[in-house]
Amino acid sequence: MATLFVPTPLRRLTGGASKVEVQGDNIGALLQALDQQYPGVNERLLDGDGNVKRFINIFVNDDEIGSLQGLNTPVSDSDKVSIVPAMAGGAIV
Amino acid sequence: MSRLNRDQLVALAKSQIIEWSPQELKQHLDAGEKLTVVDIRERDEFVQGHLPSSTFIPRGHLELQIEQHQQDREAPVVIYCAGGVRSALAARNLQEMGYENVISLIGGFNGWKNAGYDFKIPTVLTEDQRIRYSRHTILSELGEAGQIKLLESKVLLIGAGGLGSPAAIYLAAAGVGTLGIVDFDTVDVSNLQRQILHGNKDVGRPKVESARDRIHDMNPDVKVIGHMEPITSANALDIIKDYDIVLNGSDNFPTRYLVNDACQFLGKPLVDASIFMFEGQVTVYDPNDANSPCYRCLYPDPPPPGEVPSCAEGGVLGVLPGIVGSLQAVEAIKMLAGIGEPLIGRLLMIDTLDMSFRTLKVRKNPECPVCGEHPTVTELIDYEQFCGLPSSVAHPNGQTTERELVLA
Ligand SMILES: [Zn+2]
Repeated sequence: MATLFVPTPLRRLTGGASKVEVQGDNIGALLQALDQQYPGVNERLLDGDGNVKRFINIFVNDDEIGSLQGLNTPVSDSDKVSIVPAMAGGAIV
Repeated sequence: MSRLNRDQLVALAKSQIIEWSPQELKQHLDAGEKLTVVDIRERDEFVQGHLPSSTFIPRGHLELQIEQHQQDREAPVVIYCAGGVRSALAARNLQEMGYENVISLIGGFNGWKNAGYDFKIPTVLTEDQRIRYSRHTILSELGEAGQIKLLESKVLLIGAGGLGSPAAIYLAAAGVGTLGIVDFDTVDVSNLQRQILHGNKDVGRPKVESARDRIHDMNPDVKVIGHMEPITSANALDIIKDYDIVLNGSDNFPTRYLVNDACQFLGKPLVDASIFMFEGQVTVYDPNDANSPCYRCLYPDPPPPGEVPSCAEGGVLGVLPGIVGSLQAVEAIKMLAGIGEPLIGRLLMIDTLDMSFRTLKVRKNPECPVCGEHPTVTELIDYEQFCGLPSSVAHPNGQTTERELVLA
Protein backbone atom coordinates (compact mmCIF):
# COMPACT_ATOMS: atom_id res chain seq x y z
CA MET A 1 0.00 0.00 0.00
CA ALA A 2 1.18 3.49 -0.83
CA THR A 3 1.70 6.04 1.92
CA LEU A 4 -0.47 9.11 1.54
CA PHE A 5 0.48 12.35 3.30
CA VAL A 6 -2.65 14.12 4.43
CA PRO A 7 -2.45 17.92 4.53
CA THR A 8 -3.51 19.58 7.77
CA PRO A 9 -6.84 20.97 6.47
CA LEU A 10 -7.98 17.44 5.55
CA ARG A 11 -6.95 15.76 8.76
CA ARG A 12 -10.28 16.36 10.40
CA LEU A 13 -11.62 13.89 7.83
CA THR A 14 -8.94 11.30 8.54
CA GLY A 15 -9.41 11.30 12.29
CA GLY A 16 -6.31 13.45 12.68
CA ALA A 17 -4.01 11.03 10.82
CA SER A 18 -1.21 12.78 8.90
CA LYS A 19 -0.22 9.63 7.02
CA VAL A 20 -2.52 6.87 5.84
CA GLU A 21 -1.87 3.65 3.95
CA VAL A 22 -4.06 3.33 0.87
CA GLN A 23 -4.41 0.68 -1.81
CA GLY A 24 -4.78 1.59 -5.49
CA ASP A 25 -3.05 0.93 -8.80
CA ASN A 26 -3.17 4.55 -9.81
CA ILE A 27 -3.93 7.90 -8.22
CA GLY A 28 -7.61 7.84 -9.28
CA ALA A 29 -8.14 4.40 -7.73
CA LEU A 30 -6.18 5.40 -4.67
CA LEU A 31 -8.39 8.45 -4.13
CA GLN A 32 -11.52 6.30 -4.49
CA ALA A 33 -10.18 3.92 -1.86
CA LEU A 34 -9.31 6.88 0.34
CA ASP A 35 -12.83 8.23 0.05
CA GLN A 36 -14.29 4.87 1.06
CA GLN A 37 -12.04 4.81 4.08
CA TYR A 38 -12.71 8.46 4.93
CA PRO A 39 -15.98 9.58 3.33
CA GLY A 40 -16.01 13.17 2.11
CA VAL A 41 -12.33 13.44 1.20
CA ASN A 42 -12.86 13.33 -2.54
CA GLU A 43 -15.39 16.11 -2.39
CA ARG A 44 -12.58 18.26 -1.04
CA LEU A 45 -10.06 17.14 -3.68
CA LEU A 46 -12.00 16.69 -6.91
CA ASP A 47 -14.28 19.02 -8.82
CA GLY A 48 -17.67 18.11 -10.33
CA ASP A 49 -15.97 16.61 -13.40
CA GLY A 50 -13.75 14.39 -11.31
CA ASN A 51 -10.60 16.46 -11.92
CA VAL A 52 -8.20 17.54 -9.19
CA LYS A 53 -9.23 21.00 -8.00
CA ARG A 54 -7.03 23.77 -9.33
CA PHE A 55 -5.78 24.91 -5.93
CA ILE A 56 -4.63 21.41 -5.01
CA ASN A 57 -1.57 19.55 -6.23
CA ILE A 58 -1.02 15.83 -5.88
CA PHE A 59 2.50 14.44 -5.96
CA VAL A 60 3.77 10.90 -6.39
CA ASN A 61 7.06 10.98 -4.57
CA ASP A 62 8.64 14.26 -5.73
CA ASP A 63 6.64 14.75 -8.90
CA GLU A 64 3.32 16.47 -9.48
CA ILE A 65 0.87 14.17 -11.25
CA GLY A 66 0.20 16.85 -13.90
CA SER A 67 3.76 16.21 -15.12
CA LEU A 68 3.08 12.45 -15.07
CA GLN A 69 -0.21 10.87 -16.19
CA GLY A 70 -2.64 12.82 -14.04
CA LEU A 71 -5.13 10.64 -12.17
CA ASN A 72 -3.91 7.67 -14.24
CA THR A 73 -0.42 7.96 -12.79
CA PRO A 74 0.49 4.47 -11.56
CA VAL A 75 1.25 4.02 -7.88
CA SER A 76 3.25 1.23 -6.31
CA ASP A 77 3.50 0.10 -2.72
CA SER A 78 6.66 2.00 -1.88
CA ASP A 79 5.39 5.31 -3.30
CA LYS A 80 4.69 8.34 -1.20
CA VAL A 81 1.69 10.36 -2.32
CA SER A 82 1.35 13.97 -1.12
CA ILE A 83 -1.71 16.17 -1.31
CA VAL A 84 -0.72 19.83 -1.25
CA PRO A 85 -3.46 22.45 -1.10
CA ALA A 86 -2.91 26.19 -1.39
CA MET A 87 -2.55 27.66 2.08
CA ALA A 88 -2.75 31.35 2.83
CA GLY A 89 -1.74 31.51 6.47
CA GLY A 90 0.40 34.42 7.52
CA ALA A 91 -0.25 38.04 8.39
CA ILE A 92 -3.40 40.00 7.74
CA VAL A 93 -2.37 42.38 4.99
CA MET B 1 75.94 38.00 5.43
CA SER B 2 76.54 41.43 4.05
CA ARG B 3 75.05 44.40 5.81
CA LEU B 4 72.72 46.44 3.64
CA ASN B 5 71.07 49.69 4.46
CA ARG B 6 67.55 50.48 3.32
CA ASP B 7 68.54 51.98 -0.04
CA GLN B 8 70.95 49.18 -0.82
CA LEU B 9 68.31 46.55 -0.08
CA VAL B 10 65.80 48.28 -2.34
CA ALA B 11 68.37 48.63 -5.09
CA LEU B 12 69.23 44.93 -4.78
CA ALA B 13 65.58 43.95 -4.90
CA LYS B 14 64.96 46.07 -7.97
CA SER B 15 67.91 44.46 -9.73
CA GLN B 16 66.38 41.02 -9.21
CA ILE B 17 62.81 41.68 -10.32
CA ILE B 18 60.86 43.02 -13.26
CA GLU B 19 59.45 46.52 -12.98
CA TRP B 20 56.79 48.07 -15.16
CA SER B 21 55.88 51.69 -15.50
CA PRO B 22 52.19 52.62 -15.20
CA GLN B 23 52.20 53.06 -18.99
CA GLU B 24 53.51 49.53 -19.52
CA LEU B 25 50.97 48.05 -17.14
CA LYS B 26 48.19 49.98 -18.84
CA GLN B 27 49.27 48.61 -22.25
CA HIS B 28 49.26 45.04 -20.97
CA LEU B 29 45.84 45.49 -19.37
CA ASP B 30 44.41 47.18 -22.46
CA ALA B 31 45.68 44.29 -24.56
CA GLY B 32 43.40 42.08 -22.48
CA GLU B 33 46.21 40.08 -20.91
CA LYS B 34 45.28 37.99 -17.92
CA LEU B 35 47.20 39.58 -15.10
CA THR B 36 46.81 39.04 -11.40
CA VAL B 37 47.11 42.54 -9.97
CA VAL B 38 47.62 42.65 -6.23
CA ASP B 39 47.42 45.73 -4.04
CA ILE B 40 49.70 45.09 -1.07
CA ARG B 41 49.11 48.35 0.79
CA GLU B 42 47.39 48.66 4.11
CA ARG B 43 43.64 48.68 4.32
CA ASP B 44 43.33 52.42 4.97
CA GLU B 45 45.35 53.10 1.82
CA PHE B 46 43.38 50.63 -0.30
CA VAL B 47 40.03 52.15 0.62
CA GLN B 48 41.16 55.56 -0.62
CA GLY B 49 41.35 54.14 -4.12
CA HIS B 50 42.91 51.25 -6.00
CA LEU B 51 43.50 49.90 -9.50
CA PRO B 52 40.22 48.74 -11.02
CA SER B 53 40.94 45.03 -11.31
CA SER B 54 43.16 44.60 -8.28
CA THR B 55 42.95 42.18 -5.41
CA PHE B 56 43.65 43.46 -1.93
CA ILE B 57 46.23 41.45 0.04
CA PRO B 58 48.07 43.56 2.59
CA ARG B 59 51.84 43.04 2.60
CA GLY B 60 51.77 41.11 5.85
CA HIS B 61 49.45 38.48 4.35
CA LEU B 62 50.90 38.35 0.84
CA GLU B 63 52.79 35.04 0.97
CA LEU B 64 50.05 33.44 3.04
CA GLN B 65 47.21 34.37 0.71
CA ILE B 66 48.63 34.74 -2.79
CA GLU B 67 47.94 31.11 -3.68
CA GLN B 68 44.22 31.65 -3.10
CA HIS B 69 44.31 34.12 -5.97
CA GLN B 70 46.98 32.70 -8.26
CA GLN B 71 48.46 29.24 -7.94
CA ASP B 72 50.14 29.10 -11.33
CA ARG B 73 53.78 30.00 -10.75
CA GLU B 74 54.25 30.96 -14.40
CA ALA B 75 51.31 33.35 -14.54
CA PRO B 76 52.19 37.03 -14.37
CA VAL B 77 51.55 38.65 -11.00
CA VAL B 78 51.69 42.43 -10.77
CA ILE B 79 52.04 43.85 -7.30
CA TYR B 80 51.89 47.45 -6.31
CA CYS B 81 52.11 49.59 -3.23
CA ALA B 82 51.91 53.36 -2.85
CA GLY B 83 55.26 54.30 -4.42
CA GLY B 84 56.93 51.15 -5.71
CA VAL B 85 59.31 50.40 -2.81
CA ARG B 86 57.33 47.96 -0.69
CA SER B 87 56.20 46.14 -3.83
CA ALA B 88 59.81 45.73 -5.00
CA LEU B 89 60.72 44.09 -1.71
CA ALA B 90 57.56 41.98 -1.73
CA ALA B 91 58.22 40.81 -5.28
CA ARG B 92 61.35 39.04 -4.10
CA ASN B 93 59.34 37.10 -1.54
CA LEU B 94 56.98 35.86 -4.23
CA GLN B 95 59.96 34.82 -6.31
CA GLU B 96 61.11 32.73 -3.36
CA MET B 97 57.77 30.94 -3.59
CA GLY B 98 58.54 30.12 -7.20
CA TYR B 99 56.52 32.81 -8.95
CA GLU B 100 58.51 33.43 -12.10
CA ASN B 101 56.76 36.48 -13.48
CA VAL B 102 56.41 38.90 -10.61
CA ILE B 103 56.23 42.50 -11.69
CA SER B 104 56.44 45.51 -9.41
CA LEU B 105 54.69 48.69 -10.50
CA ILE B 106 57.09 51.64 -10.70
CA GLY B 107 55.70 54.55 -8.71
CA GLY B 108 52.94 52.35 -7.29
CA PHE B 109 49.38 53.56 -6.99
CA ASN B 110 50.48 57.19 -6.91
CA GLY B 111 52.31 56.76 -10.20
CA TRP B 112 49.23 55.15 -11.72
CA LYS B 113 46.95 57.88 -10.46
CA ASN B 114 49.32 60.67 -11.56
CA ALA B 115 49.45 59.14 -15.03
CA GLY B 116 45.73 59.95 -15.16
CA TYR B 117 44.54 56.36 -15.34
CA ASP B 118 41.25 55.13 -13.88
CA PHE B 119 41.08 53.95 -10.31
CA LYS B 120 38.28 52.71 -8.13
CA ILE B 121 37.21 53.87 -4.70
CA PRO B 122 35.75 50.77 -3.11
CA THR B 123 32.71 50.50 -0.90
CA VAL B 124 34.06 49.04 2.31
CA LEU B 125 32.72 48.15 5.67
CA THR B 126 33.25 50.63 8.45
CA GLU B 127 35.24 49.56 11.48
CA ASP B 128 32.00 48.90 13.40
CA GLN B 129 30.55 46.91 10.53
CA ARG B 130 33.65 44.78 10.22
CA ILE B 131 33.17 43.69 13.79
CA ARG B 132 29.39 43.35 13.59
CA TYR B 133 29.47 41.18 10.47
CA SER B 134 32.73 39.33 11.15
CA ARG B 135 30.95 35.94 11.37
CA HIS B 136 29.61 36.61 7.89
CA THR B 137 32.71 37.99 6.27
CA ILE B 138 34.78 35.04 7.49
CA LEU B 139 32.53 32.76 5.40
CA SER B 140 34.36 32.54 2.10
CA GLU B 141 31.01 32.33 0.25
CA LEU B 142 30.05 35.75 1.55
CA GLY B 143 33.20 37.63 2.46
CA GLU B 144 33.28 41.39 2.69
CA ALA B 145 31.94 41.72 -0.86
CA GLY B 146 28.89 39.61 0.00
CA GLN B 147 28.23 41.63 3.12
CA ILE B 148 28.41 44.86 1.14
CA LYS B 149 25.87 43.40 -1.30
CA LEU B 150 23.53 42.70 1.60
CA LEU B 151 23.98 46.22 2.94
CA GLU B 152 23.14 47.62 -0.46
CA SER B 153 20.06 45.38 -0.87
CA LYS B 154 16.40 46.17 -0.42
CA VAL B 155 13.92 43.54 0.67
CA LEU B 156 10.17 44.02 0.92
CA LEU B 157 8.19 42.08 3.50
CA ILE B 158 4.49 41.63 2.87
CA GLY B 159 3.22 41.55 6.44
CA ALA B 160 4.95 42.09 9.78
CA GLY B 161 3.14 39.17 11.36
CA GLY B 162 4.12 35.58 12.09
CA LEU B 163 6.30 35.06 9.02
CA GLY B 164 7.44 38.65 8.57
CA SER B 165 8.66 38.92 12.17
CA PRO B 166 11.46 36.34 12.16
CA ALA B 167 12.29 37.14 8.54
CA ALA B 168 12.67 40.85 9.34
CA ILE B 169 14.68 40.18 12.47
CA TYR B 170 17.17 37.90 10.75
CA LEU B 171 17.43 40.05 7.63
CA ALA B 172 18.05 43.08 9.82
CA ALA B 173 20.61 41.28 11.95
CA ALA B 174 22.30 40.06 8.78
CA GLY B 175 22.68 43.62 7.58
CA VAL B 176 20.24 43.79 4.69
CA GLY B 177 20.39 47.55 4.27
CA THR B 178 16.78 48.40 3.51
CA LEU B 179 13.70 46.59 4.73
CA GLY B 180 10.29 47.64 3.48
CA ILE B 181 7.31 46.45 5.49
CA VAL B 182 3.76 46.46 4.16
CA ASP B 183 1.31 46.21 7.03
CA PHE B 184 -1.62 48.34 8.08
CA ASP B 185 -2.45 46.33 11.18
CA THR B 186 -1.90 47.26 14.81
CA VAL B 187 -0.40 44.98 17.45
CA ASP B 188 -2.88 42.83 19.34
CA VAL B 189 -2.12 40.73 22.40
CA SER B 190 -3.05 37.58 20.48
CA ASN B 191 -0.21 38.33 18.03
CA LEU B 192 2.52 38.05 20.63
CA GLN B 193 2.41 34.24 20.73
CA ARG B 194 4.35 34.23 17.44
CA GLN B 195 5.00 37.76 16.12
CA ILE B 196 8.38 38.34 17.72
CA LEU B 197 8.88 41.78 16.20
CA HIS B 198 6.39 43.16 18.70
CA GLY B 199 6.17 43.21 22.47
CA ASN B 200 3.71 43.92 25.25
CA LYS B 201 4.52 47.60 25.19
CA ASP B 202 3.56 47.74 21.50
CA VAL B 203 -0.04 46.56 21.88
CA GLY B 204 -2.25 49.00 20.02
CA ARG B 205 0.64 50.50 18.02
CA PRO B 206 0.92 50.14 14.25
CA LYS B 207 3.02 47.08 13.46
CA VAL B 208 5.27 49.00 11.08
CA GLU B 209 6.21 51.30 13.96
CA SER B 210 7.01 48.63 16.51
CA ALA B 211 8.86 46.73 13.76
CA ARG B 212 10.96 49.81 13.03
CA ASP B 213 11.86 50.26 16.70
CA ARG B 214 12.80 46.62 17.15
CA ILE B 215 14.89 46.57 13.98
CA HIS B 216 16.73 49.79 14.82
CA ASP B 217 17.45 48.47 18.27
CA MET B 218 19.01 45.38 16.72
CA ASN B 219 20.88 47.01 13.89
CA PRO B 220 21.08 50.75 13.27
CA ASP B 221 22.54 50.06 9.79
CA VAL B 222 19.11 49.05 8.54
CA LYS B 223 16.74 51.54 7.01
CA VAL B 224 13.09 50.62 7.55
CA ILE B 225 10.44 51.84 5.15
CA GLY B 226 6.92 51.40 6.46
CA HIS B 227 4.06 51.04 4.01
CA MET B 228 1.10 51.38 6.33
CA GLU B 229 -1.62 50.61 3.84
CA PRO B 230 -3.26 47.55 2.37
CA ILE B 231 -1.42 46.38 -0.74
CA THR B 232 -3.82 46.62 -3.66
CA SER B 233 -3.82 46.55 -7.43
CA ALA B 234 -3.61 50.34 -7.30
CA ASN B 235 -0.37 50.57 -5.32
CA ALA B 236 1.37 47.17 -5.59
CA LEU B 237 3.61 47.95 -8.56
CA ASP B 238 4.61 51.28 -7.06
CA ILE B 239 5.49 49.73 -3.71
CA ILE B 240 7.35 46.69 -5.07
CA LYS B 241 9.31 48.31 -7.89
CA ASP B 242 12.09 49.74 -5.71
CA TYR B 243 12.98 46.45 -3.99
CA ASP B 244 15.28 43.62 -5.01
CA ILE B 245 13.33 40.74 -3.49
CA VAL B 246 9.87 40.29 -1.97
CA LEU B 247 9.02 38.00 0.96
CA ASN B 248 5.37 37.05 1.16
CA GLY B 249 3.81 36.46 4.53
CA SER B 250 0.24 37.45 3.79
CA ASP B 251 -2.73 35.60 5.17
CA ASN B 252 -5.15 35.72 2.27
CA PHE B 253 -5.45 34.53 -1.29
CA PRO B 254 -6.21 37.85 -3.04
CA THR B 255 -2.92 39.28 -1.71
CA ARG B 256 -1.01 36.14 -2.69
CA TYR B 257 -2.21 36.33 -6.30
CA LEU B 258 -1.70 40.10 -6.37
CA VAL B 259 1.88 39.94 -5.06
CA ASN B 260 2.69 37.04 -7.39
CA ASP B 261 1.44 38.86 -10.46
CA ALA B 262 3.11 42.15 -9.50
CA CYS B 263 6.45 40.38 -8.93
CA GLN B 264 6.11 38.61 -12.27
CA PHE B 265 5.39 41.88 -14.09
CA LEU B 266 8.30 43.66 -12.38
CA GLY B 267 10.76 40.77 -12.60
CA LYS B 268 11.23 40.55 -8.83
CA PRO B 269 12.03 37.23 -7.12
CA LEU B 270 9.35 36.25 -4.61
CA VAL B 271 10.08 34.11 -1.58
CA ASP B 272 6.68 32.68 -0.84
CA ALA B 273 5.63 30.90 2.32
CA SER B 274 2.48 29.98 4.14
CA ILE B 275 1.65 28.27 7.40
CA PHE B 276 -1.30 26.49 8.92
CA MET B 277 -1.53 24.84 12.33
CA PHE B 278 1.67 22.74 12.41
CA GLU B 279 2.49 22.78 8.71
CA GLY B 280 4.37 25.14 6.45
CA GLN B 281 5.25 25.57 2.77
CA VAL B 282 8.14 27.55 1.31
CA THR B 283 9.23 28.11 -2.28
CA VAL B 284 10.82 30.75 -4.50
CA TYR B 285 9.37 32.14 -7.71
CA ASP B 286 11.97 33.93 -9.81
CA PRO B 287 10.71 35.58 -12.99
CA ASN B 288 14.34 36.02 -14.08
CA ASP B 289 14.75 32.25 -14.27
CA ALA B 290 13.09 30.91 -17.43
CA ASN B 291 12.30 27.60 -15.75
CA SER B 292 10.86 29.00 -12.56
CA PRO B 293 7.16 28.51 -11.95
CA CYS B 294 5.02 31.19 -10.35
CA TYR B 295 2.26 30.96 -7.75
CA ARG B 296 -0.34 30.62 -10.50
CA CYS B 297 1.55 27.69 -12.06
CA LEU B 298 1.02 25.81 -8.79
CA TYR B 299 -2.41 27.08 -7.98
CA PRO B 300 -4.13 28.29 -11.17
CA ASP B 301 -7.34 29.13 -9.32
CA PRO B 302 -7.93 30.15 -5.72
CA PRO B 303 -10.03 27.98 -3.46
CA PRO B 304 -13.60 29.17 -3.05
CA PRO B 305 -13.97 31.43 -0.01
CA GLY B 306 -14.19 29.43 3.17
CA GLU B 307 -12.95 26.16 1.67
CA VAL B 308 -9.42 26.53 3.04
CA PRO B 309 -9.45 27.54 6.70
CA SER B 310 -7.34 30.44 7.95
CA CYS B 311 -4.95 30.50 10.90
CA ALA B 312 -7.54 32.49 12.83
CA GLU B 313 -9.86 29.49 12.50
CA GLY B 314 -7.44 26.60 12.63
CA GLY B 315 -4.74 28.08 14.82
CA VAL B 316 -0.99 28.00 14.33
CA LEU B 317 1.87 26.76 16.49
CA GLY B 318 3.75 29.91 17.50
CA VAL B 319 7.19 28.52 16.65
CA LEU B 320 6.15 27.38 13.17
CA PRO B 321 6.36 30.82 11.53
CA GLY B 322 9.70 31.19 13.31
CA ILE B 323 11.05 28.27 11.28
CA VAL B 324 9.33 29.13 8.03
CA GLY B 325 10.03 32.89 8.15
CA SER B 326 13.69 32.18 8.96
CA LEU B 327 13.87 29.93 5.90
CA GLN B 328 12.48 32.80 3.83
CA ALA B 329 15.27 34.99 5.18
CA VAL B 330 17.85 32.35 4.23
CA GLU B 331 16.53 32.21 0.69
CA ALA B 332 16.55 36.00 0.38
CA ILE B 333 20.12 36.27 1.63
CA LYS B 334 21.29 33.50 -0.72
CA MET B 335 19.79 35.23 -3.72
CA LEU B 336 21.04 38.68 -2.74
CA ALA B 337 24.57 37.38 -2.24
CA GLY B 338 24.36 35.07 -5.25
CA ILE B 339 25.32 31.95 -3.35
CA GLY B 340 23.94 28.42 -3.16
CA GLU B 341 20.89 27.09 -4.94
CA PRO B 342 17.66 28.97 -4.40
CA LEU B 343 14.46 27.06 -3.68
CA ILE B 344 13.24 27.62 -7.24
CA GLY B 345 11.09 24.87 -8.73
CA ARG B 346 11.02 23.13 -5.37
CA LEU B 347 8.31 23.32 -2.75
CA LEU B 348 9.54 22.65 0.76
CA MET B 349 6.85 21.07 2.93
CA ILE B 350 7.40 21.18 6.65
CA ASP B 351 5.32 19.24 9.15
CA THR B 352 6.43 20.04 12.67
CA LEU B 353 4.25 17.32 14.22
CA ASP B 354 6.25 14.47 12.75
CA MET B 355 9.13 16.87 12.02
CA SER B 356 9.38 15.98 8.37
CA PHE B 357 10.89 18.21 5.72
CA ARG B 358 10.01 17.14 2.19
CA THR B 359 10.97 18.82 -1.07
CA LEU B 360 8.57 18.41 -3.97
CA LYS B 361 9.31 19.38 -7.57
CA VAL B 362 7.12 22.12 -8.97
CA ARG B 363 7.12 23.02 -12.62
CA LYS B 364 6.39 26.02 -14.73
CA ASN B 365 3.03 25.62 -16.45
CA PRO B 366 3.40 26.58 -20.13
CA GLU B 367 -0.29 27.53 -20.06
CA CYS B 368 0.11 29.79 -17.02
CA PRO B 369 -1.94 32.96 -17.61
CA VAL B 370 0.89 35.11 -16.21
CA CYS B 371 4.26 33.44 -16.85
CA GLY B 372 3.27 30.96 -19.57
CA GLU B 373 3.92 31.05 -23.28
CA HIS B 374 0.78 33.01 -24.12
CA PRO B 375 -0.04 35.15 -21.11
CA THR B 376 -3.62 36.34 -20.83
CA VAL B 377 -3.18 38.32 -17.63
CA THR B 378 -0.83 41.18 -18.42
CA GLU B 379 -1.84 43.73 -15.82
CA LEU B 380 -3.04 43.64 -12.25
CA ILE B 381 -6.69 42.67 -11.91
CA ASP B 382 -9.35 42.80 -9.20
CA TYR B 383 -8.06 40.04 -6.94
CA GLU B 384 -10.95 40.11 -4.51
CA GLN B 385 -13.26 39.34 -7.36
CA PHE B 386 -10.84 36.73 -8.75
CA CYS B 387 -10.97 35.00 -5.38
CA GLY B 388 -14.74 35.13 -5.24
CA LEU B 389 -14.87 37.85 -2.59
CA PRO B 390 -16.92 41.01 -2.72
CA SER B 391 -14.81 43.59 -4.52
CA SER B 392 -13.39 46.20 -2.22
CA VAL B 393 -12.82 48.71 -4.98
CA ALA B 394 -16.00 50.62 -4.19
CA HIS B 395 -15.28 50.61 -0.46
CA PRO B 396 -11.85 51.97 0.30
CA ASN B 397 -12.27 51.13 3.96
CA GLY B 398 -14.23 47.98 3.42
CA GLN B 399 -11.31 45.64 3.00
CA THR B 400 -10.70 44.69 6.60
CA THR B 401 -14.34 44.14 7.28
CA GLU B 402 -14.69 41.82 4.33
CA ARG B 403 -11.55 39.93 5.22
CA GLU B 404 -12.83 39.43 8.70
CA LEU B 405 -16.07 38.09 7.36
CA VAL B 406 -14.12 35.61 5.30
CA LEU B 407 -12.07 34.57 8.29
CA ALA B 408 -15.03 34.28 10.61
ZN1 LIG C 1 3.14 30.89 -13.75
